Amino acid sequence: MAKKILEVKELTTKYITRFKENVYAVDHVSLTVEEGKSLGIAGESGCGKSTLALSLMGYYFPPLYYTSGEIIIDGQNISGMKPDDVRKSILGKEIAYIPQAAMNALNPTQKIIRFIEDVVHAHHPDATKEEIYDLARTRFERLGLPASVLEKYPVELSGGMKQRTVIATSVILGPKVLIADEPSSALDVTSQKKVIKMLRDLMETEIIKSMIFITHELPLLYNVTDDIMVMYAGQIVEKANAEEAVFDPLHPYAKGLMGAIIVPEEGLRDVKLTAIPGVPPNLKNPPDGCRFAERCKYAVPQCKVIKVGMTEVGDGREYRCIFSEEELREFYKDAQ
Amino acid sequence: MPNKQEPLLKAVGLTKEFGFGRQKTLAVAGVDIELKEGEVITIVGESGSGKTTFAKMILGLIAPTGGEIYFQGQLRDISTYKKKLEYWKNIQAIFQDPYSAYNIFHKIDSVLMDCIRMRGGGNLPHKEKVKMMTEACSFVNLKFEELTNKYPFELSGGQMQRLMIARIFLLDPKILIADEITSMIDACSRATILDMLMELRDKIGMTVIFITHDVGLAYYVSDKVYIMEKGLFVESGTPDEVILHPKEPYTKRLISDVPKIYEEWDLSTV
Amino acid sequence: MKHTIREIFHSPKFLVGFSIFMFILLVVIFYPLFVTAEPLEIIGKGTFFEPGIYVNVYDGVNSKQYTLNLDDAAEKRIASKLGDQERLDMQEWLLSFGIPEEEIDIYDTEKLIELWENNYDRSIRFPGMTSARQKYFGRLNTSLAGLLSTEGIVLAAENQETGELESTGIIEQTNYLNVGQVANVRVLPLGTDNFGRDMLTELVSATGTSLKIGFIAGSIATMIGLTLGLLAGYIGGWVDDIIMFFTNLFTVIPSIVLLILISYSIGQEQRGAVTVAVVIGFTSWVWTTRAVRAQVISLRHRDHVNLSKLSGHSVGHIIVHDILPYIASYVVMAFILQISSGILAEAGLSILGLGPKTTDVPTLGLMMNWAMIYSAHIMGKWWAYFPVIVVIALVSFSMNLMNTGLDQVFNPALRE
Repeated sequence: MAKKILEVKELTTKYITRFKENVYAVDHVSLTVEEGKSLGIAGESGCGKSTLALSLMGYYFPPLYYTSGEIIIDGQNISGMKPDDVRKSILGKEIAYIPQAAMNALNPTQKIIRFIEDVVHAHHPDATKEEIYDLARTRFERLGLPASVLEKYPVELSGGMKQRTVIATSVILGPKVLIADEPSSALDVTSQKKVIKMLRDLMETEIIKSMIFITHELPLLYNVTDDIMVMYAGQIVEKANAEEAVFDPLHPYAKGLMGAIIVPEEGLRDVKLTAIPGVPPNLKNPPDGCRFAERCKYAVPQCKVIKVGMTEVGDGREYRCIFSEEELREFYKDAQ
Repeated sequence: MPNKQEPLLKAVGLTKEFGFGRQKTLAVAGVDIELKEGEVITIVGESGSGKTTFAKMILGLIAPTGGEIYFQGQLRDISTYKKKLEYWKNIQAIFQDPYSAYNIFHKIDSVLMDCIRMRGGGNLPHKEKVKMMTEACSFVNLKFEELTNKYPFELSGGQMQRLMIARIFLLDPKILIADEITSMIDACSRATILDMLMELRDKIGMTVIFITHDVGLAYYVSDKVYIMEKGLFVESGTPDEVILHPKEPYTKRLISDVPKIYEEWDLSTV
Repeated sequence: MKHTIREIFHSPKFLVGFSIFMFILLVVIFYPLFVTAEPLEIIGKGTFFEPGIYVNVYDGVNSKQYTLNLDDAAEKRIASKLGDQERLDMQEWLLSFGIPEEEIDIYDTEKLIELWENNYDRSIRFPGMTSARQKYFGRLNTSLAGLLSTEGIVLAAENQETGELESTGIIEQTNYLNVGQVANVRVLPLGTDNFGRDMLTELVSATGTSLKIGFIAGSIATMIGLTLGLLAGYIGGWVDDIIMFFTNLFTVIPSIVLLILISYSIGQEQRGAVTVAVVIGFTSWVWTTRAVRAQVISLRHRDHVNLSKLSGHSVGHIIVHDILPYIASYVVMAFILQISSGILAEAGLSILGLGPKTTDVPTLGLMMNWAMIYSAHIMGKWWAYFPVIVVIALVSFSMNLMNTGLDQVFNPALRE
């Protein structure tokens, strides 16, 4: 078994609203990412996937608060650390984070190389400008970005180029884990493909050791990550490898998500898309039983009462449903 | 499919230029299009290809700088408010961002009431109007009783977009322009919206023009696909022709850039 | 709507501004109900009476007298006449006269006065002493005379027949009167101005007038700015070009210059408070126009406006229902700023002597103008100008605070 790079045990974090209500957006989430592997997180908007991304960094600021659980990066437990220590010794070095609008984070009055110098100096105050320039140039060229970008201002770059520049910069110190939250959603398809290519290159060249990729675009996830985790209402409902998660999902919610995939490929026109009716529950006051029961067409009365845990079905595959694997498959066969 | 000889809508050499002199840019560079009744077409283009400008010209929200538009065989005339009103009874639109498409100061009732008034039902008794609105809402799986006296922003993005479809249900236009209607809502609600829209199309038999950057959506819904690049249609045809067997290099590239699941997505071609 | 209003009143900045402003407004409204005096009535003979309670001496003598034996009465009496400076001055004279320094103890009041009374001679003028100084010592001597005596003051009346003065009573040093029983007492909390007018009454009335001027000027400027901005922004094209031509023209000419020229050409007699307000309003619409136009331009291509068009609404309906509500908060903020800048503009004009005519009503600017002309600031008569400055500052401070508070509510980028 490969080395575990990131291990998360029962992580729970909450938002405290203006009215002092607790919203548990990440509820007892456990996950493991091994060296050289990438994990995808899928789900509707508001299901807690972006909050999970923020929580995994161990860097909490209001209104997000840490509640319980452990985050272990390469053997080091960071869940109890002070925010300042996390910022100084973890962020950028151990974990790098790329939000959706990362490209807007570039200071428009500074050249790209100044931005990289800032990042490097934060962890290696002694690095000289020449060293940093050489490091940046080799890194950029290796990732297919022209070195001339370094001497440019953000406004001189296109959106896709900016996004790739930010990604290349954030991994300049070779973090162990890269968390990418919808890094390509704001871009057109061509730039999106370049971003995806870059993320794959980062893994292949071992600049980063593992990656967590978050998006609601399942075809994208399928093409980027080894494993896929489906989140619903702050909980993980399905964990499987990409192939199984997309073509053979077990949890009814995951099944619903996969049924709504639209790709420009032969056969799609004959498939009737299945949509999930209703909206996710309010996390201020989540249902007692299965959180998906309200929208699930296979739900039975017990679903709304019994708290369901994860069921393991071998090879790291897990799902959260009271029905057995066989029962679920029977449902799906009938539906077709 | 009803397939009449005369096209419902025809545009010839439609052109739009922005700016003056040296800064002049050609957003739409003289395109021709013919729409038959009941047809669903999709115009696919990346941002900046001029597809939204094209849609707004067809809608009559932007005046073209060149070319003609024929509606039901006659040169379109929207020079006065009355004529515009008449034109807009026949052609309607749903916009990209549901969050900005509603007037946040108006309640949902007034949005739907406007539609009834536009169809000449302004003098109907209130009960009759409520009945119509309830019917429209239930068509898109919304409950009017729950929506009445609410503001649009109290709904989710998907619900707002469904309300837009309810609006079209009441307006019963001949042509609907759907401008990126699914790009601001997440993948799960996307299928719901599309299904509802296609159901409505089958019900009232309207012609739909989808404007999108989503090749998958184009393949899924349309009878005919137009690929737009820099203000021109570079390729058009049935979805099978254009999307599964593209001829133009631009189309080939565009389609290869979309992530696939059934076949290998070739990342080496960036 | 209800929600928005609640949000507004949850903003601490707005609340503070609103409270200050309401306080000022309430004082302006209710003060005249309690104090009915004319604000411009000249009551004091003389200039710049200090703030304080003025008790009628005639009534005081004739009112019922009480005897109170208070130990420190004499001490206080002396202290009010004999401050540290006076003691040092006495020491200086005595030293010049030739008294040895060790004999003078300036803190032993009794001895000091005794020494003074024994030695002082009005006619002596030491070398190097100015005659003003000599006279000063003379006055000091007079005020000291009788300070240590314990006798009262004899009141006398002239006998109608003989023409002689006959004693009618004695006011002892221990006699007191109850201020509440004196028929005529006037409280002048802010003293009087150079003309002898009650500062507080004048100030309240001036604040009211200034607010009125600000309100009229602000309304006019906002109305013009809003109309032009809406037309230029929504209709665009040549309408926009023409409106922007004039707007730019007014932008490059400083409005204060225009104000001065127009005010001057109207002439002193025709300039009432309202006229001045109108003039200010007509010269300060420029920024509102530009701001409204920019907002409208960004709004007119929004989808909700397109949807409204597609729903068959007319241009007027769209402007009223789809544009105005979106810029309303902005316009309200601009209006508040226009009011406060209108008040400041009036003050500026009046200081230059180009404000409303002086015989009519006081305004904050006019009060500043009077205080300046009569050198209140040089003579240290702080009550003639400081309260005015405080009121001007408070009014524009409270309005700007309300403006910032509103901005925080309506501008999502500034929300917490």
